[in-house]
Amino acid sequence: MKTDSIISLDHGSGGLASQNLISGLFLKYLTCPQLRDLEDCAMLGEYAGRIAFSTDSYVVDPLFFPGGDIGSLAVHGTINDLAMRGARPLALSLALIIEEGFSFASLERIIASVARASEAAGVAIVTGDTKVVPKGKADGLFVNTTGIGLASHRHDISVKKAQPGDAVIISGTLADHGITIMSCQAGIDLGGDIESDTQPLHRLVGALLEEDAGLVHVLRDPTRGGLATTLCEIAQSSGVDIVVEEDRLPIRPSVSTACEMIGLDPLYLANEGKCIIICDQDGAEDILQLVRRMPEGRDAALIGWVHEGQDGRVSLTTRIGGSRLLEPLTGQPLPRIC
Amino acid sequence: MKCADEFRSREITAPLVEEIANSLRRPVRIMEVCGTHTMSIFRHGIRSLLPEGITLLSGPGCPVCVTPASHIDAFLAAADLPQVTIATFGDLIRVPGAERSLAGARASGARVEIVYSPMDALTLAQLEPERTVLFPAIGFETTAPTIAATILAAERLGLTNFLIIAAGKTMPHALEALMADPELRVDGLLCPGHVSAIIGSEAYRPLADRHHLACAVAGFEPADILSGLLSLIRQINEGRPGVDNCYTRVVTAEGNSRAQHLISEVFAPADSEWRGLGTIPGSGLVLREQYRRFDGMEQLAIPVQPVRELKGCRCGEILKGRLLPPDCPLYGTACTPLQPIGPCMVSNEGTCAAYFRYSGRKTSTARQEPKPLSVS
Repeated sequence: MKTDSIISLDHGSGGLASQNLISGLFLKYLTCPQLRDLEDCAMLGEYAGRIAFSTDSYVVDPLFFPGGDIGSLAVHGTINDLAMRGARPLALSLALIIEEGFSFASLERIIASVARASEAAGVAIVTGDTKVVPKGKADGLFVNTTGIGLASHRHDISVKKAQPGDAVIISGTLADHGITIMSCQAGIDLGGDIESDTQPLHRLVGALLEEDAGLVHVLRDPTRGGLATTLCEIAQSSGVDIVVEEDRLPIRPSVSTACEMIGLDPLYLANEGKCIIICDQDGAEDILQLVRRMPEGRDAALIGWVHEGQDGRVSLTTRIGGSRLLEPLTGQPLPRIC
Repeated sequence: MKCADEFRSREITAPLVEEIANSLRRPVRIMEVCGTHTMSIFRHGIRSLLPEGITLLSGPGCPVCVTPASHIDAFLAAADLPQVTIATFGDLIRVPGAERSLAGARASGARVEIVYSPMDALTLAQLEPERTVLFPAIGFETTAPTIAATILAAERLGLTNFLIIAAGKTMPHALEALMADPELRVDGLLCPGHVSAIIGSEAYRPLADRHHLACAVAGFEPADILSGLLSLIRQINEGRPGVDNCYTRVVTAEGNSRAQHLISEVFAPADSEWRGLGTIPGSGLVLREQYRRFDGMEQLAIPVQPVRELKGCRCGEILKGRLLPPDCPLYGTACTPLQPIGPCMVSNEGTCAAYFRYSGRKTSTARQEPKPLSVS
């Protein structure tokens, strides 16, 4: 198949062109035996434990951005959703909705990226689907991944489990993904070390839970809406207040500068490779050190504490000692005029 | 942002906070004129550090907030034309006109693009010569020079598909009108740092003299704002109000003459409608005769939209500092950042939005915007 060709409606017809696309492109990169069988569904075998099940769709614009692309993001995102309940990811599905006329070369780049991400994470793509819609009916490419994972009975990680006295840890720097995408969309080259943080977190969570004796209460990845919105969800679900300290928040200087320039609050920008860990205060220091020893968590920091409260309020102690409430994000983050 | 860090350190701000508390002799009402001041005060929790006797009022310095519904309706009328692309600053797109916003128009099929500078809009016009790109030219003296420079660039390039709707405003006239209101009891003005960089700190001298008003030009970091407040309190204590420039690293007495020249080259002063404040003589910027070919209202034959105020909305009184957002019957119920009715709720810099966001009014996250940014 020529690399300068484009995807046509025929590629989604289920006929010969579809078969060529599957064998000539998808199976070239995605090599899991269950997928190669081309059955209607994959059989995963028998597992003892609780099954975790999650799905997510990816419509990121642009499809390629510093630090990743829609393919790696789709693999990491669903792996992370499984990991946030303490589950070990077992397998992923991959479904594509492609706009007619989409570049074959771009598709190949994305599938190669999916394959690399899935192989690096050790979580195979075991089943998939492709649809092509007429020009103008989609925006290039949409991706859905669904994942199945296995959680042990030992852990009960949930957004409802934060308790007064718990420590709040973030596994690394904030807002890297959000500012990368927004600067791409704005056509601003921020230079420096700004790139998406997209990465899988299941190994970090695995290490955390292996050592854990029930000290970890909540895991949550602060994706859309950022740290502030995710903390609000935790506070409301658990019926507690949370106070975080501004001068403890890990934010790269270049990201902080970019946010100032565009007029965005890094606490409300998306992360795609970070998790909030809420844990018993007695184990907080050990957990922080363990997270920092993992490559995914080397910039981890203890950023605040859970307090008693009914309203689910999240507040920030500012660097100058003031206090402000953090509300959930409303609408989309918009750059300011001046 | 290393230089900004110094103005955010507690070592610098704590003595200022202490000095403010020690200096305050009577309750004072201070208006921060600029929306970015309002934002910064909330963002850094400055209110929580100030003694009770200081009341901070938010003035008319958010350009999005003071843009009247009639102007928004004109932008919408342009957006509805099939050949027109609206290229706008991001925080304008959710501002409601009489019935819709640009976000609503975009959801219904209009081409509405967010740009970060008017030059980006010009670039868009060059890239899409078959379409007409219209830039809603709102803003104060801060944005006016870049818009003027863009018009001059369009003139040089001979572009025929780039238009603006001139909706810019100037600050001193508006402050003069505001201070002439006998019901407004303000002891001091925290003057806008960005605008002052262009017009100079001396621009406030007539205001200070005529109204016996303490004025302090301040930047936007916590130490800047606290220094400005301290200066105002000292001026009020001494009974010798004047103009104190506390932002000398950016603002001079005379301002930026090149930027001023750019503005007057392209724009002429005109009467202008301010949302909530009514028509203020000489406070608007319209295109001069020789640049009228860039006038979107004229070129696209958009009828001047009737002035309509929003029912129940108290933004006017909030902009004047007469009411606080929670005093408005719509605040937090019918009017929220997700579904704003009044302009003060729309922009991040709007007083109501800032109150809502930072002072603990709960909101539902159930409803989504028509087209959220795709980050995942």
